[in-house]
Amino acid sequence: MMANVIDTAAIQPVKVSRLPKIFAAFKAAPVIPLTIIVVFVLAALLADLVTFHDAYQVKLPERLVPPAWVGDTTVMKTVSETVAIDELEKKITLTKASAIDSSSQVGDRIEVVVRQGGSWSRPMGTDPLGRDILTRIIYGARVSIIIAGAALAIGGGFGTLVGLTAGYYGGKIDTILMRFADITLAFPLILFAILLVMVLGPSMMNVIIAISLVLWARYARVIRGEVLGLMQRDFIARARVSGASDWRIMMRHLLPNVMPTLIVLLTLQVGWVIIVEASLSFLGAGIPPPTPAWGGMLAEGKEYVSTAWWVTTAPGVAIMLVVMAFNLCGDWLREKLDPKQRSI
Amino acid sequence: MQRYIIRRVGESLLALFALSIIIFLMVRMTGDPALLMLPADAGAERLEEIRHSMGLDKPLVVQYGLFVRDYSTLSFGNSLRTQTPVYDEVKDRLPNSLKLVGAAMVIVVLIAVPLGVLSAVYKGTWIDTLATGFAVLGQAVPVFWLGILMIQLFTIRLGWLPSSGMGGLDHYIMPAFALGFFTVAAIQRLLRSSLLEAMDSEYIKLARIKGLSEFKVVWKHALRNSLISVITLGGIYIAILVTLGILVEVVFAWPGMGRLMFQGIVFRDFPVVQAVVLISAAIVIFSSLVVDIAYAYLDPRIRLQ
Repeated sequence: MMANVIDTAAIQPVKVSRLPKIFAAFKAAPVIPLTIIVVFVLAALLADLVTFHDAYQVKLPERLVPPAWVGDTTVMKTVSETVAIDELEKKITLTKASAIDSSSQVGDRIEVVVRQGGSWSRPMGTDPLGRDILTRIIYGARVSIIIAGAALAIGGGFGTLVGLTAGYYGGKIDTILMRFADITLAFPLILFAILLVMVLGPSMMNVIIAISLVLWARYARVIRGEVLGLMQRDFIARARVSGASDWRIMMRHLLPNVMPTLIVLLTLQVGWVIIVEASLSFLGAGIPPPTPAWGGMLAEGKEYVSTAWWVTTAPGVAIMLVVMAFNLCGDWLREKLDPKQRSI
Repeated sequence: MQRYIIRRVGESLLALFALSIIIFLMVRMTGDPALLMLPADAGAERLEEIRHSMGLDKPLVVQYGLFVRDYSTLSFGNSLRTQTPVYDEVKDRLPNSLKLVGAAMVIVVLIAVPLGVLSAVYKGTWIDTLATGFAVLGQAVPVFWLGILMIQLFTIRLGWLPSSGMGGLDHYIMPAFALGFFTVAAIQRLLRSSLLEAMDSEYIKLARIKGLSEFKVVWKHALRNSLISVITLGGIYIAILVTLGILVEVVFAWPGMGRLMFQGIVFRDFPVVQAVVLISAAIVIFSSLVVDIAYAYLDPRIRLQ
C-alpha cells in the first residue's frame, strides 16, 4: 500500500557538512596555482634528492656567478700602458684578461672580460658567499613550509578551539575570550614578532611561536561567528537532548560544520604567514643565517642590487609565486565552498 | 555616540595596557632584563647597577609602575650602541616616518579608488582583468622585494630616481609607491565588490531612472556608499602601512623609525627596538581609534545607535 511507504529521506540525520563539495569542486580547479603548490611542497620534501650542491658550504672563489643564460660581461678598454697580465688583473679586478697578449700596444682597443658568464651546473647563479642559489631556494621552501605549517597548526588549532568554546558557551566566557582576541588583533604582528624574537633570540621555533601568538585571534573570531549561527540549528539541540557531552558536541557536531570556513581561512593565510616570515628574516629577526630562508636571501642580496641582480630576484620570484598560488587557491575554495564568506 | 566613543577609547587603552604588560612580562620572564639593557661585554658591577636603577630588586608591581612611568614621560632609556637617550633618536626620525606613511596614503587614494571604480564599471572586460591582476600581484609581492626591483629599474637601469635617503619630492616616489602597493591591491578588491553590490541596489536604479548621467551615478551615488566599507577598515590599513613602512625604510635607507629599529636589531640594541615597537603600536592603536570615531560621525547608522 502506498500510504505505508515511509519517505526515508525525511528521517535522515541533518547533514550540513559541505566537505563533499571539495571533491566535486576539483573539476574546475585552478591548474597553474595548484601546480605551483605541488612543486613547492615536493621541493620542500625532496630537497636532499633534487639538489646537487651544498646549501651551506661557502666557496668564495665562486661568489656571485651569474645565472646560466647570462654570458660573459665584457668592456672595451684602451690599453694605456703595457703591463704584465697579473698586474692588469689586479688593476681592474678582472677575472680573465683574454684578449691581452704581448702584441698589445698602448692605444689599442681591447675587449676585457670583467665577469664570466654562468653555467648550467648553477642555473640561477651563486650568492655573495659562493653558494648555489637554486639549492638554497629549494631548501628555503622547506623552511617556509615548516614555519607556515607549524604556525597555522598551532595558531589555527588554538584559535579554532577558542572560537568553538566562545561560540558554544556564549555569555561571559564569550565576552572575555573575544575581548582577548580583539586586543590581539590590534597588535601589529611584525612589530610584536620582532620584539619577541629580540627577547628570545632568533630561531625557527621562536618565529613559529611569535606568529602563532598573533594568528589565533583571527580564527577565534571567524569560527565563533560561524558557531553562533550553528547554535540556532536543531541538530545541536538534538545532540544535547541525546546526552552528548559539551566536548563531543564541539568536536563531532560543530567542528565538521565549520571545516569549510576553516580550510578557506587556512589556505588564504599560508601566503600571509610566508610573507611575514620572509619580512622577519629580511629584518634579521627571523631565521638566523646560514639557514636558507627566502627573506634572509633577499637581505643578503640587498647590497648587491647594482652588480648582481640575480641574488635577490630568485627568492623574490619564489615568494611571489608561492604566495600568489595559495591566495588564488584560497579564493577559489572560498567561492566553491562558501559563497557567503567572500569577505573573510 | 558618546557611549560608542567611550567604549572605543576604553578598548584602545586596554590594548595599550595589554601590550605594555606583555612586553613587560616577556622581558622579565624569559631571562634577566638587565642583560638585555647592557652590551654583552659589560662587567658584573655594571649589571648590579642597572638592576638597581631598573628596580629589578623590587616587587613586580612596582617594577611595572616604573616601566609605565618611564614610558609615559618619554624616557625610553639609553641606546646600547650610542649611549645616548633613545628619545633623541626617535624625536628626529618619527616625523620622517610619518611623512612617508602620509605620502603612501596619498598614492593609495589616488590609485586604488579609480582602479576599484574602473574594474567595477567595466566588469568582465580587459580593464577589470588588468586591475584584478594588479591586485593579485599586489598581495603576493613582498614590499621589500618590490622596493629592490624598483631600485634596479628606476635607479640602476634608467637613472631616473634616487634610491636612498630623504630629499626633494623625487625621493618620495619609489618608497611611497612600494609602501602603498599592498594597500592599493586590498582596497581595489574591496571597492570593486562593494561597488558591484551598490550598483545592484534600489537607490542606484532610482538615480538612473531620474536620468542622471552614468558618471554621476557611479562617482557620486554608488561610490559614496561603497567607500564606507573601505573607511571601516581604515584602521587596519594604517596598521599595515606603519608596519610595512619599517621594511620599506630599510630598503630605501629612509631615515625613519623603521631604519632605527633595523639598526637596533642588527646591533642587538634592545632599548631602541622596544621603544620603536611600543611607539609604533601606540600610533597604530591611536590612529585606528581616530578613524573609528571619525567614521562614526560620518555614518548616521553608527552615530544614532
